Amino acid sequence: MTDFLNAIVLFANFVFVPGLAYGAQLALGALGVTLVFGILRFANFAHGDLMAFGAMVTILVTWWLQSIGVGIDPLPTALLALPVGMAGAVALALLTDRWVFRFYRRRKAAPIVMVMASVGVMFMYNGLVRFIIGPDDQRFADGARFVVSARDFRDMTGLDEGLVIRQPVLITIIVAFAVVAALFWFLQRSRMGKAMRAYSDNEDLALLSGINPEKVVAVTWVIAASLATIAGVLYGLDKSFKPFTYFQLLLPIFAAAIVGGIGQPIGAIAGGFVVAFSEVTITYAYKRFLEYFGFQPEGLVQLLSVEYKFAVSFVILVLVLLARPTGIFRGRVL
Amino acid sequence: MSFLRGEAMTGGYGGADILHGCDISVERGEIAVIVGPNGAGKSTAMKAMFGMLGLREGRVTLDDTDITALTPQDRVRAGMGFVPQNNNVFVTMTVQENLEMGAYIRDDDFQATMEQVFELFPVLKEKRRQPAGELSGGQRQQVAVGRALMTQPSVLMLDEPTAGVSPIVMDELFDRILEVAATGIAILMVEQNARQALNIADRGYVLVQGSNRFTDTGEALLANPEVRASFLGG
Amino acid sequence: MSGWRIAFLYLGMAVALAAVGFLQSWNVSLAILNLCLISAIMALGVNIQWGYAGLFNVGIMGFAALGGVAAVLTSQPPVHDAWAAGGVGIGLALLSLVATVAVLMVVRSRTAGAARVLLMLALGAGGFFLIRYFLDPAVAAIEATDAARTGYLGGAGLPVYLSWIVGGLFAAAAAWLVGKIALGLRADYLAIATLGISEIIIAMIKNEDWLTRGVKNVTGLPRPVPVEIELRQERWFIDLAGSLGVDPTEFASIYVKLGYALLFVVVLVVVMWLAERALKSPWGRMMRAIRDNRDAAEAMGKDVTRRHLQVFILGSAVVGIAGAMLTTLDGQFTPGSYNPLRFTFLIWVMVIVGGSGNNWGAVLGGFLIWFVWIEAEPVGIWLMNAITAGLPADNVVRLHLLDAAPHMRLFLMGLILLLVLRFSPRGLIPERVSRS
Repeated sequence: MTDFLNAIVLFANFVFVPGLAYGAQLALGALGVTLVFGILRFANFAHGDLMAFGAMVTILVTWWLQSIGVGIDPLPTALLALPVGMAGAVALALLTDRWVFRFYRRRKAAPIVMVMASVGVMFMYNGLVRFIIGPDDQRFADGARFVVSARDFRDMTGLDEGLVIRQPVLITIIVAFAVVAALFWFLQRSRMGKAMRAYSDNEDLALLSGINPEKVVAVTWVIAASLATIAGVLYGLDKSFKPFTYFQLLLPIFAAAIVGGIGQPIGAIAGGFVVAFSEVTITYAYKRFLEYFGFQPEGLVQLLSVEYKFAVSFVILVLVLLARPTGIFRGRVL
Repeated sequence: MSFLRGEAMTGGYGGADILHGCDISVERGEIAVIVGPNGAGKSTAMKAMFGMLGLREGRVTLDDTDITALTPQDRVRAGMGFVPQNNNVFVTMTVQENLEMGAYIRDDDFQATMEQVFELFPVLKEKRRQPAGELSGGQRQQVAVGRALMTQPSVLMLDEPTAGVSPIVMDELFDRILEVAATGIAILMVEQNARQALNIADRGYVLVQGSNRFTDTGEALLANPEVRASFLGG
Repeated sequence: MSGWRIAFLYLGMAVALAAVGFLQSWNVSLAILNLCLISAIMALGVNIQWGYAGLFNVGIMGFAALGGVAAVLTSQPPVHDAWAAGGVGIGLALLSLVATVAVLMVVRSRTAGAARVLLMLALGAGGFFLIRYFLDPAVAAIEATDAARTGYLGGAGLPVYLSWIVGGLFAAAAAWLVGKIALGLRADYLAIATLGISEIIIAMIKNEDWLTRGVKNVTGLPRPVPVEIELRQERWFIDLAGSLGVDPTEFASIYVKLGYALLFVVVLVVVMWLAERALKSPWGRMMRAIRDNRDAAEAMGKDVTRRHLQVFILGSAVVGIAGAMLTTLDGQFTPGSYNPLRFTFLIWVMVIVGGSGNNWGAVLGGFLIWFVWIEAEPVGIWLMNAITAGLPADNVVRLHLLDAAPHMRLFLMGLILLLVLRFSPRGLIPERVSRS
């Protein structure tokens, strides 16, 4: 029985909890991609780098706050700086829309041209972030590290395995939940949210109803950029901030949006968790887990090494495209 | 002077002209119907009156005000409602939300208008929480008309409202449209089902190749042997 | 589009390269030229996909890297000890892979519904473990074989220029796989799928040490041209340098670079000739018809998805060829050096700036953008120095700006792409619209 509990705790510690946090981060990112797709009707390749930009602004403000000794210990200072980062990302996204995407939208350009422009934007954001903060790893997390440390847990339960709950993980889950709840309230209940859904559903009829498309688009960017920043900062707090990592997050984020059904906010969330849990369970080494059940495996019993985690998102993506292109929640087919 | 009037409308979608000096008008509380063969420019004439294509010549007036230069959105604000032929409801949104979106430009309380729409189309009240995409064709048309009525328009334009619905549903829809007209709204519609539409029309326009061929009351057109032979299938 | 404009633009490019030759050195100029030629071939490949058919490939890097793998696997001598240690295991793993795929295909065609999904998942998982059962010990054995020097299977020991064809084949195979999945859906999916496959290809190349040596790199690839140091000791070469009155050391390196340039020009001319032939053939006209009005083409009974697959494979193969040539020129295979900015994005800028849909434009774009990319670095540093000249040498801002100058280059390339896309979407040499 103890062995069984130990195995469960081990699994929770290395698979379930990290998967939950990662899934929440992906979900926030995928929500942005899916909203932009629903309203502007193109896959925004610049989203990962928008996350990086928002996170970067937050980090710079965090450093400044730390240097003047302002903090909200035991919570990380970054939470205090987050609104500034969101504002920065929103400003950047709105400027980009004004200078790049609006032109193509007004001409009713083919979506692929918009995708291509977004690739150009992606590289510009990327250059900007590297220019300002450099391409290297940055640490900015402060405050308490653990909510429950391994030793506390072991003392509490008397088990051999410890369940660690790091503070960034808990913050991720709480913030993601609050943000998603607020977003759904906005989309389902508010006038503007309904207008956004109407515009996403039927652009021409929305125009006939007097919905101002520019306003809808602007609100969409505000939400997408805010979500991107939140996702980027949470990811950075949980792991670390490195511009290239955010570019690479693009693939799992797209996978999450498509798995859930593109244009469907609820799908983006489900998709985020599907992708995250698949990634973590497939790249986890089950050796010790199995040992608690009396097996003596020779190797690590790892299905795929961690370097192939993109492959997991990709395979999920491929399976969805082959089996059900509309995704779990019957979104659009891109 | 008619309430809504398009005079000598000439123009098309950028290429060759589709309309050639076409005149259409409708009074408050009246139903005007545009009929004619395929490609006669029926829908185009109505869209021109709603500002969905630019006129090269001619003008459109509403209540004696020239609205030729207004965009469709502005015409909605000026009191015109338009029900497109296709994709005329928000399929992922509930019936009630569809009506709310119809009232998007209104800042006052539109609850009473919604009640009126529900009175006119009782089935919508029943299904107010269902996504419009799950309704039958006839019910969807009711949602579409209801959505357009939410702005309390003085003119309602319908582009082939009975396309693809069964004859029974069509009769019922025409009954409702008569009720709407009775409230003092001017109704302009384009119809394929010419005979049935002229039956309820106060005024009918037979368009051929973008020009008026016959203009008369609905009754007179139905009685006109030439119209019967050419456009009503005998 | 007049031929004069094309001639004028190409002449300008030649003058720019000559100017570098006179002002900097001919060695630098030729080095740029060689990479210009390779870039031009890559740009041609992308133009075949985007310009002919409107397919947006965001995974150029992956196809170029497959070319690099081909260079290693073709030209490196086989490592016999490694084959002895793990060859059988690798062979069995490969066999299991083929068997698994075959079984899955049979199941897919013979069953339906939920049973099919479950059966395929179960068989797929079974196949996976079977492959791993053979592969894992074989990989461990191979990677343990003289790990410091080899630790991989080596290649076929064939002449390196053959790898250019092999690289094309590798890239074509990968393109077939991606195309089968993502073509036929909306274009965004292809973009996402190619982005994914290129990341996976790079991850595999970096991690499958038994095949590619991974981040340990493969250096000293055989070369299709003489090696400078050996050349300098050849009697005839010293005499030749003497008769021309030049320093043998510098001349050796110029001679070698000219050799590469000649080979690359031959490939470019062949690819260009084929690409132009294809574009003007009925096939090319059909491709463009599909690009411009997919629905009409489909209504006329054209199998659009199949045509797209063809053109996607062809374009990717050309990129693979260029990728193999690049690794040949480098003389080494370094998986860590593949990054999407240099290998995907830059090529896109080349095609868009040059003129999508026009092969001459794509080639010119390849030359021009590579030239700008290389020359922008000294210019950027010079510019940053000029901007910060008033600041003391150890000023933090100055140091940061100087340090970050290379990243600005990226920003500028993005800007160029967006500006061209918006203000001159047809590029320097626009597509010829034929009237028939």
